[in-house]
Amino acid sequence: MSDALQSVKFYQTGTFTVGNRLLAEEERSVQANMQRTNSLNSGHRACQGCGEALGARYAIDAAMRASDNQLIAVNATGCLEVFSTPYPETSWQIPWIHSLFGNAAAVASGVAAAMRVQGKDKVRVIAQGGDGGTTDIGFGCLSGMFERNDDVLYICYDNEAYMNTGVQRSSATPPAARTATTPAVGKSPGNVAGTGKNVPLIAMAHMIPYVATASVANLRDLEAKVTKAMGIHGARYIHIHVPCPLGWGSKPEDTIRVARAAVESGLFPLFEAEHGELTARTPIRRKVPVDDYLKLQKRFAHLFAPKRDDERLAQIQATADRNIRRFGLMPEPA
Amino acid sequence: MLRQIEGSRAVAEAIALARPQVICAYPITPQTHIVEGLGEMVKSGELTGCEYINVESEFAALSVAIGSAAAGARTYTATSSQGLLFMAEAVYNAAGLGLPIVMTIGNRAIGAPINIWNDHSDSMSMRDAGWIQLFAETNQEALDLHIQAFKLAEALSCPVMVCMDGFILTHAYERVDMPTQAQVDAFLPPFEPRQVLDPAEPVSIGAMVGPEAFTEVRYLAHHNQLRALELIPRLAVEFKNEFGRESGGLLRTYRTDDAETIVVALGSVNGTVQEAVDTMREQGVKVGSLSLCSFRPFPLAAVRSALQHAKRVVVLEKCFAVGLGGIVSDGVRKALSGIVLKGYTVVAGLGGRAITRASLIKLLESAGRDELEAVTFLDLNREIVAHELQRERKARRTGPTAEAILKSLGTVASSVG
Repeated sequence: MSDALQSVKFYQTGTFTVGNRLLAEEERSVQANMQRTNSLNSGHRACQGCGEALGARYAIDAAMRASDNQLIAVNATGCLEVFSTPYPETSWQIPWIHSLFGNAAAVASGVAAAMRVQGKDKVRVIAQGGDGGTTDIGFGCLSGMFERNDDVLYICYDNEAYMNTGVQRSSATPPAARTATTPAVGKSPGNVAGTGKNVPLIAMAHMIPYVATASVANLRDLEAKVTKAMGIHGARYIHIHVPCPLGWGSKPEDTIRVARAAVESGLFPLFEAEHGELTARTPIRRKVPVDDYLKLQKRFAHLFAPKRDDERLAQIQATADRNIRRFGLMPEPA
Repeated sequence: MLRQIEGSRAVAEAIALARPQVICAYPITPQTHIVEGLGEMVKSGELTGCEYINVESEFAALSVAIGSAAAGARTYTATSSQGLLFMAEAVYNAAGLGLPIVMTIGNRAIGAPINIWNDHSDSMSMRDAGWIQLFAETNQEALDLHIQAFKLAEALSCPVMVCMDGFILTHAYERVDMPTQAQVDAFLPPFEPRQVLDPAEPVSIGAMVGPEAFTEVRYLAHHNQLRALELIPRLAVEFKNEFGRESGGLLRTYRTDDAETIVVALGSVNGTVQEAVDTMREQGVKVGSLSLCSFRPFPLAAVRSALQHAKRVVVLEKCFAVGLGGIVSDGVRKALSGIVLKGYTVVAGLGGRAITRASLIKLLESAGRDELEAVTFLDLNREIVAHELQRERKARRTGPTAEAILKSLGTVASSVG
């Protein structure tokens, strides 16, 4: 498989996903529209196959359309910040500010307050960061913003480690994954099991108006969730799964494939919640074993060679199966 | 209007008169009464057009302030001590981004050992963060400096800390002359930001700058502070014209004209210093004092001009650089470069230790005889220190030092004087 050309599958055919051209104008995807804002413009320095660049482009353009182009973005330190600048170059076609690694949510609260007090009610505010800036160092500010129900949409682009500094473990790094600080050596190579935090569930525990997970494997769904979030006021959170070829050791051309395997295995469930209650989930159409997801990434290579680590693979499979049960991702046919 | 009110209340009312649009609040003693006062004014409707945000930490307080200032709103917050340290990263960031935030520092010691009382260690720790630092001598000056601070910050696009001694000023009830809204409006124009987050004119703020331009960006921050050296005295004059009293400026001298010994100090202790000067002048001793209002920028030329004819300078500091000595002394020494005179650093008032007129007079008499050490700790209990050092020589596991000292002192904090 690795040496052969990858067989191309046209997912848009033969499924319930409908091609853009068959849809009414207003139902078409934001990216399909020539009038899209290209908020994160081309020419930036993201790696080939970067899931974060893709996710940010879709998310911010969708937010721009939903806000009638009245949008301000606050960015945490991280890959997205670094590859979209430095001065004098910037890929951002929207007002954008970067302050620090751990304060994007708080800075966004400040921007939102300034808009309110100046009567600029139409201007909406997005804060965005990677998993490190969200689930670790920015977590205090994020929780504060949620708790105050500030009018901010926070988007976390989760690539499951500190990629900008060279792939170190974050609290979003999955069990067994190899990172620079959880090397694939010793008795239990890679990240330890049973750690990490689920920020979408923690966001729900704040009872904020809207929480969703999304994936670059399902970009229409991502756009729809951002659009929905922009129609709501108060604190909102979208957690987007974005593969990182560099950090995950996956092929740049496999980014969508890897992301889809995470969703279809149950490891990354897609759902929505309002005011703390689960309101929607995306069913898994064709369940795949977690092996199909893990084998695409060198960060999990030690689970398969020199010999298969059945125990840890079973643990990861159990996590996926639990997600499927917990979020109802494979409803029994009626 | 003359009022007899707490210093914090006076500052809160002055802030309200400056028409702030966003206020971030997080409690820490001793600045808390200021933000409590403002919160009440916003909630009651007395202060309108203002968003008051209760945040979850000082780091968030200044981060929210960064967002609101970058989005064009006049922004205020306050903190003290550990709070200032907790927001340290944002302190540098606000200055680097050129955001004219005004922040009160209710000056307090830094732990450990935890200590809520006054000294200048907190704001001094941020002396090189790029903020302008103004020190108030009285509650009236604290009130006035806040009104000047917004104008100064916004003129230069540079954040300003107004430092007022915790408890000594923040909690003291004193008579203050509260200006009217019309007076403040005449003095302080609405905020016109130099850069702003606006969908009509998108800009990227805070992107990375490499070695090719970082020096120039940093130099301009320095240049901005040098401009403040000219603007601060000008604003003090403008302020006097509008409000009829002197407040602020770079520094003030007291009986220095023929003084052989001049004491340099910051903040409220200058009142006690001036009393000591008066007492000694009555005895024919030629002493005077210099109250430094602007610590950043440090007014080298003005300090030099005020001190150059003295025989000796005593820098009285409520903080010190551990392992080195005085912090303010460094600036004074730079100001006096090439001038030969005796220079003494006196560390005093740490963690709220009272600085009494009697101690000061004794100190200045000793200085007059040139018997002072280069670095002196005022009223240091040498017996206690010697006892603790001896204990440490005798045993390895001596336990927490601070506890041991208090045990051997055998008293409670009521004897701080």
